[in-house]
Amino acid sequence: MNSLIPLAIVLVLASAFGFWFNASRGRIKSAKQAKGSVVKPALSPTELGVPFGSRVTLLQFSSAFCSPCRATRALIADITADMTDVVHVDMDAESHLDLVNRLNIISTPTTIILNSAGVEVGRAIGAPKRTQVVSAIASVV
Amino acid sequence: MTNSLIDARGPRFGAALTTAVLAIALVTHSAVLIALQLVIFAIGAFSSPTKTPYAFVYKKFVKPRLAGEVPLEDVRPPKFAQLVGFLFVAIAMLGSLTSSTGVITVALSLCLAAAFLNAAFNFCLGCQIYLLFTRLTHRSNAAA
Repeated sequence: MNSLIPLAIVLVLASAFGFWFNASRGRIKSAKQAKGSVVKPALSPTELGVPFGSRVTLLQFSSAFCSPCRATRALIADITADMTDVVHVDMDAESHLDLVNRLNIISTPTTIILNSAGVEVGRAIGAPKRTQVVSAIASVV
Repeated sequence: MTNSLIDARGPRFGAALTTAVLAIALVTHSAVLIALQLVIFAIGAFSSPTKTPYAFVYKKFVKPRLAGEVPLEDVRPPKFAQLVGFLFVAIAMLGSLTSSTGVITVALSLCLAAAFLNAAFNFCLGCQIYLLFTRLTHRSNAAA
């Protein structure tokens, strides 16, 4: 007789993964720096299309018709509307594959947080919540 | 080729039906069910996710009962997800033809996990790896 055990294992493990995955979306991950390494900007202002923000730049990668991407763009635009020291750029991943490769973007939306020198200080994979965006912006010195 | 937009809820309903079929297939190792799901994934992957029998059921019986705005998505990631499913079930089919119960169990388990995650958590494995896939194929085009 065939066993129900593989079915039970799949459903339990997949459920655990599903809960973890949804909870982890949007969390800001800080960029790790190897000791003594030279920090380079993630990209140039030319590649960005605009000068870096005087304190923070939020570089978002989106895909066509990705509704979490649209929601993220609207949320960040709303939060940063009155912030003169923050720049928000939303880029289409598929038409910027060189940047996608260089910055190791694996899914959309991914929002890279850059400091005033364009160096990555963190990133959020998946749609962040308002509080996550606000505290990420505030934490960049 | 223009990329069309589809009702994003359709593939998720398809994933629910797929979950049921694969769950039974995983328990029974039924070659008929494996072959059935293989054909459905083939239609979804090589034609369109909107042209499968599951999509027909969705359009005829489920969609008319849904309220609210239709969420649209690009067809390419769900289509790629169907290809991923096709590959898993093709391996299960090979396992069935060679009477390798271990192969059937592992291949169906992985496929069931992906279908269940899509149906229950709206996690689309194919969509997640679609960008990785585009990066890989673009790189080999660029290098050529």
